[in-house]
Amino acid sequence: MKSLNKNQTFMLITIPILALFFCFNTLPLIKGLIYSFTNFRGFGNYEWVGLRNYADLFTDSRVGKSYLFTFKFAILATIVTNVISLLLALGLNARIRAKSALRGIYFVPRILGGLVVGYIFGYFFTYILPALGQAIGSESLGSSMLSNTKTAWIAIVIVAAWQSIAQTTLIYISGLQTVPEDVYEAGAIDGATGWKRFKELTFPMIIPFFSINMVLSTKDFLMVFDQIMALTKGGPAQSTESISYLIYNNGMGGGQFGFQSANAVLFFIVIVAISVFQLNFTGKKEEQL
Amino acid sequence: MKKKNRVAAATNWPLTILLILGCITVIFPLYMAIVIAFKKPSEMTNDISGALGLPKSWSLENFAEAMRVTDFWHSLGYSLLITVVTVVLAILIHSLAGYAIGRSKTGSKFYNFSYLYIVSGMFVPFAILMMPLVKQTAQLHIDNWVGVILCYLVFYMPMNIMLYTGYLKNIPIALEEAATVDGATTWTTYWKVIFPIMKPMHATVAVLTALGTWNDVMTPLVIMSGTGANTLPLAQLTFQTQFGTNYNLAFASYLLALIPILIFYLVCQKQVINGVVNGAVK
Repeated sequence: MKSLNKNQTFMLITIPILALFFCFNTLPLIKGLIYSFTNFRGFGNYEWVGLRNYADLFTDSRVGKSYLFTFKFAILATIVTNVISLLLALGLNARIRAKSALRGIYFVPRILGGLVVGYIFGYFFTYILPALGQAIGSESLGSSMLSNTKTAWIAIVIVAAWQSIAQTTLIYISGLQTVPEDVYEAGAIDGATGWKRFKELTFPMIIPFFSINMVLSTKDFLMVFDQIMALTKGGPAQSTESISYLIYNNGMGGGQFGFQSANAVLFFIVIVAISVFQLNFTGKKEEQL
Repeated sequence: MKKKNRVAAATNWPLTILLILGCITVIFPLYMAIVIAFKKPSEMTNDISGALGLPKSWSLENFAEAMRVTDFWHSLGYSLLITVVTVVLAILIHSLAGYAIGRSKTGSKFYNFSYLYIVSGMFVPFAILMMPLVKQTAQLHIDNWVGVILCYLVFYMPMNIMLYTGYLKNIPIALEEAATVDGATTWTTYWKVIFPIMKPMHATVAVLTALGTWNDVMTPLVIMSGTGANTLPLAQLTFQTQFGTNYNLAFASYLLALIPILIFYLVCQKQVINGVVNGAVK
């Protein structure tokens, strides 16, 4: 057999890969787009309905509510996660004992599955925290956070942040390790200490890592699913229904296959728009420095 | 490093103690899961000590019962099967694709397009693929673990190919050219020379892909539902109603679901942490 040259070999590798990717990514994407123009319920016959699903998306209060919740959740969770992670990273990068053991422990939440973690915290919010609240006579803590429409989403933020702080912290630590000691020494001569040192010396040097964390955590939080499934199933009164959960719940079991496909297309556009915006924004910031 | 000596490593003890205390936030939920998993329902009184105190006896009864109720060994088997096959195939296929595409990307429109085409898949949320994929896997009669693995291979392809092509930039092309001069084909050069050099990246890819597939609920939930087969996380969801208010049984089951990955972490802690950081930073 005549042996293949480099280009032929590469072509023989790339074509099947592209085919596989097309079949399980692009093809379903196109199908989803097609379904979004129909009134398909997931079974039986369906008709072409044009742009009606898209028009309905903007008037459907449940969809509106899910976007509001998802954004509210993603913004607060991103802020909480990044602030705590940055503080934790500064601590874990300082002159402390048992550094690697502490880093190892703080990383544990990253490896655990979101669903099981959600169930464990669900018990904590339903029984332990109210019992604690009653013991100290606090009325607001006396009942379960998860059964109150005003506080349920906060509980989900806590659980989601608890898990994602682990990875975010690690990324900040690797950022802090790229800051050379001389920078601090030079800064110390100029009298930069404490907050000033952080704001003017440390933070500008780790902006690339800040960007990575912002992009990663925003994207993860916008797609929140497991925690919702385990903690509230979208309740109480649909106050914690995330976009992913609504698409899953009503699209797969609620007979809204076509309508939720339109919702998924919109969600896809929103994710791309936010990612492009963040990448542009942080890209410009880095250039300025 | 040498500067450390000059500033004399004075340990910041207050901070060390604060950080040790902070570990409680990580350990407490796990502690709670452990003590509840070992207790009998009768020990669970309504006050805090009833739930959080140590159990009277460390009996494994709840665990045995949880294993029976959730069909633990079968679920563990499926989780292991799906994760191991996905990771092995990801390392073999994605590295090869990363090599072919990465090495030809500059100067070739076709490969440059292929690269951007696959990598842009990263922005596609699972929610939009979910419903069509369910139909598609059912039509192909792979609405089981096979379909789940194929989906994972495609979902992780953008990230893994990006990681591999990024790593390849640092491997001099002269290395392969030397092998080619010796008469080796591109194919053998890859497996003999390039594949072994990319070992650090294989570790990163393995860790990220393994953590993602092992803990994922959504993909097996929509694709495998109705087959009677569960992965470990999926079993917790499926049998949630059977636990009822027997939280001791439920927590025993949750712990059983967490133990394999915790053992994995204890054994390869360094690789796991490096893998996650490399994957994000690269």
